[in-house]
Amino acid sequence: MSRHLEIAIDRIRCDGRGLCAELVPELIRLDDWGYPIIASGLVPDHLISHAQKAVAACPVLALALRQAERKAPS
Amino acid sequence: MSRLRLLAGPDLSLGAERLHAQVERLGPLPVAGAALIDTLEATGLAGRGGASFPVARKWRSVTHHSGGAVVVANGAEGEPQSFKDRVLMSTRPHLVLDGALLAARALKASQIVLYVGEEHRAAWTAMAGALAERPEPELHRARLVAAPHRYVAGESSAAVHLLDAAIASPTTKPPEPHAAGVGGAPTLVQNVETLAHIALIARHGAGWFRSAGRRGGAGTVLITVAGAVPSPGVVEIEAGTTVREVLELAGGTDPAARAVLIGGYFGSWVDFATALELPLEAAALREHGLGLGCGVVGVISSRGCGVCETARIIRYLAGESSAQCGPCFFGLRALADACGRIAERGSNPDDLARLNRWARDVRGRGACRHPDGAVMFLQSALQTFAPEFSSHPAHWRAHATGRGVA
Repeated sequence: MSRHLEIAIDRIRCDGRGLCAELVPELIRLDDWGYPIIASGLVPDHLISHAQKAVAACPVLALALRQAERKAPS
Repeated sequence: MSRLRLLAGPDLSLGAERLHAQVERLGPLPVAGAALIDTLEATGLAGRGGASFPVARKWRSVTHHSGGAVVVANGAEGEPQSFKDRVLMSTRPHLVLDGALLAARALKASQIVLYVGEEHRAAWTAMAGALAERPEPELHRARLVAAPHRYVAGESSAAVHLLDAAIASPTTKPPEPHAAGVGGAPTLVQNVETLAHIALIARHGAGWFRSAGRRGGAGTVLITVAGAVPSPGVVEIEAGTTVREVLELAGGTDPAARAVLIGGYFGSWVDFATALELPLEAAALREHGLGLGCGVVGVISSRGCGVCETARIIRYLAGESSAQCGPCFFGLRALADACGRIAERGSNPDDLARLNRWARDVRGRGACRHPDGAVMFLQSALQTFAPEFSSHPAHWRAHATGRGVA
């Protein structure tokens, strides 16, 4: 059973340190300027622990794992 | 075609309509309250600041959060090609105030803020003068706040940020302003044109609003016609009027014009022949993958160069990044450099490939929609001006020159 988690990023906090892409390359790659591009969709169950490590390793606390939900309008 | 509702009444050259004159012409502000939200739903009115978000839904989302709400009338109008908000504020300020007051009463808001672009002097004077004429206590307490002269200053979270911390840069969402905006209170940030329509809807009803409009469009829209037309400026049209008809209102155009920019700098370039038949109406434009945006229709003539014009606009948008998010700050700069290289030194396949790849990479990766708007604009240019992008001569070679869209 999937846990419906997704990786959320605070783009303003993110400083492009790049640790996340090393820890979970299946879901996160870096663009040409070193900022993470996160695969869309839910985190597959077998990658959740890796994603948690990436969240914990972010030096500026820009990443979070959160329950997937429909976004409210702005 | 042209149909005056917001801009009906005394000639625009006479400046701001005074309160007594507007009351004589349109009657006093009706008592509406929360029932107005149902009326707005029946009109189908969508926001006119750029995002075309349904107004009734936006208002309801504010009512879903408790606490004294705040209403921000957004007259920042940071888009360089758009003039419609400043024309409206400088000539019909009381319609904007009526709309803000109706919103405040419907949402039981405790505070009204008028957020006006600092560079729009006439609009500023008119709004300040109009405010002083109003008897309503809510408007006595209202604040008139200057929006800094930046492209992103009108973005809703940037407006909230400025009011809270004097910094007009967007913030991370959630929370959205409707949930926790100014001072943490649920906040409605609504464009001034939208509010002015609401002032008339409250007087005449949803049926009246929908009685204007063609080809499925409802109501009227303010459009700024820019670029290669004999008389550029602001016109009020029925929603669904075609680009061809709008250009006729602006004095006609070069039949061999190259392209039209629809929606402003966050809009899209469309080939001239295709653009002429497009109805200016949100739903119909959406079918073509386009948007009404802030209502700019900009023509580039047959002598203009789409590549040079695009390079100039992307450079401008890169400079207007609030430099908070890496993909926007670095990505738009890189895109502007690559586009500029093609414009200055001539086409090269590497830069073309970079433009395409980076545009895909940058999209959706900012705290606000600034990078998205910029790359959608660029992608439309790459498509519409594909021949020019692949065969652009170096700057020092013979090259078509002409009037740009701005």
